[in-house]
Amino acid sequence: MSDISAHSERIQAGLAKRYRAEKRFRSYGIIAIGIAIAFLAIMLLAIFVRGHGAFQQTHAALTVTFEEAMVQDNDWQGLVKQSLRETFPEVTARSDKRKLYKIMSSGAGFDLQDIYKEDPSVLGQTRTVWLPASDDIDMLMKGAIDRTVPEDERRVSDKEIVWFDQLRADDAIELHFNTRFFTAGDSREPELAGILGAVMGSLLSLTVCLLLSFPLGVMTAVYLEEFAPKNKWTDLIEVNINNLAAVPSIVFGLLGLAMFLNFMLLPRSAPLVGGMVLALMTLPTIIIAGRAALRAVPPSIREAAFGMGASPVQTVLHHVLPLAMPGMLTGTIIGMAQALGESAPLLMIGMVAFIVDVPSTFTDPATALPVQIYLWADSPERAFTERTAAAIIVLLGFLVTMNLLAVILRKKFERRW
Amino acid sequence: MELAIHTEVSDKARVDGASSSAPHKVTAQAVDVYYGDKQALKNINLDIPSNMVTALIGPSGCGKSTFLRCLNRMNDVVDGCRVAGQIKLDGEDIYARGVDVVHLRARVGMVFQKPNPFPKSIYDNIAYGPKIHGLARTRAGMDEIVMTSLERAGLLDEVRDRMDAPGTGLSGGQQQRLCIARAIAVQPEVILMDEPCSALDPIATAKIEELIDELKQNYTIVMVTHSMQQAARVSQKTAFFHLGDLVEHGDTTEIFTNPKDERTQAYVTGRIG
Repeated sequence: MSDISAHSERIQAGLAKRYRAEKRFRSYGIIAIGIAIAFLAIMLLAIFVRGHGAFQQTHAALTVTFEEAMVQDNDWQGLVKQSLRETFPEVTARSDKRKLYKIMSSGAGFDLQDIYKEDPSVLGQTRTVWLPASDDIDMLMKGAIDRTVPEDERRVSDKEIVWFDQLRADDAIELHFNTRFFTAGDSREPELAGILGAVMGSLLSLTVCLLLSFPLGVMTAVYLEEFAPKNKWTDLIEVNINNLAAVPSIVFGLLGLAMFLNFMLLPRSAPLVGGMVLALMTLPTIIIAGRAALRAVPPSIREAAFGMGASPVQTVLHHVLPLAMPGMLTGTIIGMAQALGESAPLLMIGMVAFIVDVPSTFTDPATALPVQIYLWADSPERAFTERTAAAIIVLLGFLVTMNLLAVILRKKFERRW
Repeated sequence: MELAIHTEVSDKARVDGASSSAPHKVTAQAVDVYYGDKQALKNINLDIPSNMVTALIGPSGCGKSTFLRCLNRMNDVVDGCRVAGQIKLDGEDIYARGVDVVHLRARVGMVFQKPNPFPKSIYDNIAYGPKIHGLARTRAGMDEIVMTSLERAGLLDEVRDRMDAPGTGLSGGQQQRLCIARAIAVQPEVILMDEPCSALDPIATAKIEELIDELKQNYTIVMVTHSMQQAARVSQKTAFFHLGDLVEHGDTTEIFTNPKDERTQAYVTGRIG
């Protein structure tokens, strides 16, 4: 009897220690999650704080007279300059005039051209139009340029600041929504640069990537999992596929350069080749995810189908594949999201070039979103800093959308019965 | 006498078992089965008569399920499984060259231990077999097959108004009857059942046993069972397997009341196994 009570006491004594250990372990987990979430929040906040400015652009209201001679000559920028001269008649020195012209974007003339194209009746008339200011004025407007710094150490001269303040006092300077950022290709001028070219390049590349890697990956996974005999050859293939998933992506870029460009002579900087290289990278991910999804299909389903006299192909197509599809789709979308964020292999096949035109076919020269971010991050103009962050926001938006899509697709196709 | 049999053999078994002159549907001659290097079945010789229920009994791991799965070549998909000897269905060797496994499985249907309906509707579950074998030309013909099969499996009244409901939503016993209906939809000659009631409660079991008894009018049934009582209740012939050997086979009445081998006697009286 005493033995039993001693036993029970010993267990009792140990209990407190056990509960303490459990509590400690749980708090470690909560701390780890807390740190992870904090870092994520800091990252997102930093990107947003830096990037949100790029969604707005400083515009100045100018009174422009569409003079027939200059319109005929296509001298649109000349119209802008003339308008500036009229607004500030006191500016006469040549060097001052050059500074004055720098207030407006060098692309402001294109907006005038667009206005004329839309409505030719403006010819000879005088209109007040909002035109994009230059990136330096934009930065001044957004407070990124410190006026207290000596003149020779800042991008904007004292005179420009005076003109800017004068325009501002006249309510002729405003922040407008930056539509150009979403509708234009790349540019050397930050205020004219947009991400549409990069977005289109990414979309075209991903289309090629999906069309190549999804069918190939699914077929490989199905063959290896359902039909291939288990021997040392299939073991070797499996090991190599797993290794392939761990190969640094730049190596795939080198392979693409050697095979697709130098040997197959496909066009340089094209989304076609970019998609092919990304497909090489995505294939192992899809194959591994696909095999896991196939393995998760209960063997009783296969037995039932075989028992009914279904052939192996019928068993796979009618029963196994539909059940494995949600898992396969999830793997594919995760692979696609990886491919969307990949820049290294694209550098090797020339998708890093400065391309102004928005690509519309698979062989047009193009760049991709992450490469565009890399290019802008490398540019010296102050205004590209916020555009870089804004492009990251767009890229993250695409990634979140794709992952959401993966969840929705899985929920939709998952059979709950 | 030591032999204390606490398993009642039903009158049905006694009567049917007596008329043992029926032709043999399946005959196994000198069948050896290997899984890799391990021999699972040793020299099995067994005749399975038409339109009767033959029960395969024996302790776990004795090879009775292996033997059952040889009869429709389900072992083909198991890696490293090798079958030697001859198994004849209506006098034709099913392991001969040129035998189409798909055709064989249409003739020899199977019901598994765990009910495994397809994750589709009840209708589609039944219609799947006839569809892949091309048994129905029209929609009406398919409806006919589905209805008859469910009727025969005694499930029609329970599912008549929810043919589009998922087969996996039925109760365990209903699922197993659905699987039986699915098997008979392709009009097989032989139905193999691998412990069809082991996952079911006694009431569902009774229903399935009743069904098996009816089905034997039209089909030859071979079933593996762990329940001695079940073997005694529904089968006319019994074969006792032990450690890969076919120890004894014959009329169920004989096996349960007058076993010749000591091992059989020990097993049916509950001393081993």
